[in-house]
Amino acid sequence: MAKTMKFSIYRYNPDTDAKPYYQDYEVELGEHDKKLLNALVKLKEELDDSVSFRRSCREGVCGSDAMNINGRNGLACLTDLDSLKEPVVLNPIPGLPVIRDLIVDMTQFFHQYHSIKPYVIDEQPMPENERLQSPEDRKELDGVIECILCACCTTSCPSFWWNPDKFLGPAALLHAYRFLADSRDQATNERLNDLNDPYRLFRCHTIMNCVDVCPKHLNPTKAIGKIKELMVSRMV
Amino acid sequence: MSLPILKFDAVVVGGGGAGLRAALQLSEAGVKTVVLSKVFPTRSHTAAAQGGISASFGNSEEDNWHWHMYDTVKGADWLGDQDSIEFMCKQATEAVAELEHYGMPFDRLENGKIYQRPFGGHMAEFGKKPVRRACAVADRTGHAMLHALYQRNVKAQTHFFVEWMALDLIRDKDGDVVGITALEMETGQVYIIRAKAVLFATGGSGRIYQASTNAFINTGDGVGMALRAGLPVEDIEFWQFHPTGLYGAGVLITEGVRGEGGYLLNANGERFMERYAPTAKDLASRDVVSRAMQVEINEGRGCGAGKDHVLLKLDHLGAEVIDQRLPGIREISIQFLGIDPVKQPIPVVPTCHYMMGGIPTNYRGEVVDGVDEKIVKGFYAAGECACASVHGANRLGTNSLLDLVVFGKSAGNSVIEFVKNMSEAKELPENAAEFTLARLAKLEAATSGEKLADVRRDMQICMQQHASVFRTQKVLDEGVANILDVYKRTQNLYIDDKSKVFNTARVEALEFLNTIEVAVATMIAARERTESRGAHAREDYPDRNDEKWMKHTLYYSKDNRLEYKEVHTKPLSVDYIPPAKRVY
Repeated sequence: MAKTMKFSIYRYNPDTDAKPYYQDYEVELGEHDKKLLNALVKLKEELDDSVSFRRSCREGVCGSDAMNINGRNGLACLTDLDSLKEPVVLNPIPGLPVIRDLIVDMTQFFHQYHSIKPYVIDEQPMPENERLQSPEDRKELDGVIECILCACCTTSCPSFWWNPDKFLGPAALLHAYRFLADSRDQATNERLNDLNDPYRLFRCHTIMNCVDVCPKHLNPTKAIGKIKELMVSRMV
Repeated sequence: MSLPILKFDAVVVGGGGAGLRAALQLSEAGVKTVVLSKVFPTRSHTAAAQGGISASFGNSEEDNWHWHMYDTVKGADWLGDQDSIEFMCKQATEAVAELEHYGMPFDRLENGKIYQRPFGGHMAEFGKKPVRRACAVADRTGHAMLHALYQRNVKAQTHFFVEWMALDLIRDKDGDVVGITALEMETGQVYIIRAKAVLFATGGSGRIYQASTNAFINTGDGVGMALRAGLPVEDIEFWQFHPTGLYGAGVLITEGVRGEGGYLLNANGERFMERYAPTAKDLASRDVVSRAMQVEINEGRGCGAGKDHVLLKLDHLGAEVIDQRLPGIREISIQFLGIDPVKQPIPVVPTCHYMMGGIPTNYRGEVVDGVDEKIVKGFYAAGECACASVHGANRLGTNSLLDLVVFGKSAGNSVIEFVKNMSEAKELPENAAEFTLARLAKLEAATSGEKLADVRRDMQICMQQHASVFRTQKVLDEGVANILDVYKRTQNLYIDDKSKVFNTARVEALEFLNTIEVAVATMIAARERTESRGAHAREDYPDRNDEKWMKHTLYYSKDNRLEYKEVHTKPLSVDYIPPAKRVY
């Protein structure tokens, strides 16, 4: 007997729906359908092609298929079906406007990312080959450069829900630290000035939902703590 | 019906490595540019590249671009254009240094220089012994490169249309490219984008096969659009099967594993690559390793209950090396198979990975048509969708990322040169969007017929069975009949979802109409080539035949026509590297 699984999926199409609703599906799984994304692709192919979600690499490196899975943010492509209680309740990641079904408008999320100047600032003339960086200095970037901008962390953060326009959120702050931590970056002071704000940085109340949900096992809270340390050490 | 018209100097289609590198060149030069991307740029498939980007810095041992060029020519099994290959290999160190200057977080050696690892087919002294040429960010090089390029574009204030899909090229009566039609997914609105120059960087089409390392979005859109516009695709019969796709899941396991000292084992526990490639062993070219694996499996020495895969052993490297250099593949292996490579070998199988062919261009990124390589004015292409042709019949690992930045930049420079003396974009032809609108209307009107998922699956099964690692005349003849049958069914394609807003079913259908063009082209071109060269391995024609077949295939979709053009045998400054027997 083929295995089936029950899903309850948030549906909303602004073309036709006055308000959102949940639709139930029962999906028959093949032997290679191990991840939630496999089940969703199957559902779309075989049962209802109008169910809308983003997906691309299916291996957890592109960050497209973040969704709220049984109340917790995660990537569909990395979530084991075996680990899920039925019916699997799927919602869009919270705190961002819904465009359709599980697809949210990520403008605000990327706006915050762009606002931290996410690029190495070094206006000196470049050498012909690479700039040098010691392995120790480079090691500071491990645990931050792996971010895939999926928004699982930021949209699980209550501080972001309340102040999405003012609080940068864990993903943007992780990247803020990524550039502060890069020995090649020459803009430490300007970056810290920009972050020294009751909202942009200091709305983080170390609730640590971000750490809990990060599909790449990164630790934005720790990065935020390090930014605060840099601010303190700058004062003394 | 008239559509809204947007005007730019240049439109770049695709926001992966090649598109972003080209866009950066254009933005920094002040050319009014927009980049269209089906996905937010950092979600492009460049992110999935793992092992490295090649450049002969010689940071660990002696190396130079002449050796890199020789390896690339040999890797390509003498089907690559030697002017393009010289151009790429010579520019490699500058191109990679630029990435470092953009902030790409390369791993470092003790002396602070970029860390380099050995890779398949990378050799010193013209093929004598392996050399460390692959510049790496652990096993996440593509991800790091894509993010660094996107970040640099943020700095340059590049203009993006995110989640827009290009639908068709617009050519005028002279055949010049004057714009595109495109779909804004969020609203469902179709636009005409008029531009002085159109640059395609739409990536590959690995989704023609059932088992593929490629992302869902790798659907051959650029090649589909070019073919529909009457332009050819070059050398499309050459598809790279990566030796180490994760068994059952298809996910890529980098060649960097073997670069770091991992090796392949058959069911007898034998390191079989020693028999096939005595010098390079597990670091021979990918086509060579994939064929060897397939032979082991076909001759009953495969592993597991189905004897249908081999094992990639790396536990002897130790947890420390694995966690430092290969953390991503450890995670993937645990995630998808529950196997921790620190303790156990990883089951792997040759898996479709890369499209060597593409839209024909010269090394300046200008698209060229026909046997006489006539420049198609206003049209440029770079990256996997293009065929410059540096990869010929088989691409070397890490030359793909290099291709993206070298030819992205080169095509960008050509566009800058082209648009700077042009005061206005050429006039759009009358009814510029008629063709696109007719295609959309047909899909809109169809409420029954052939279901997208069914036709797509049948295409993938057909390609997997008839155009795989080993090919024969009989299998290919059947394959052609089969795939043309599938193609016919696309005429009756339908989807249920007819809504406007973010209709992903419609996007998938439009993508598939590109993918199927690539599949048909592949099968027809493969059937004709009666020799074995690089990734095109014919059991009935086991040898390379330079006299008859050292030439590029050009496929046109109208009447499924094939033409053949000369391989460029004149490098830019160095001596020609004449064909030789390919031994690793």
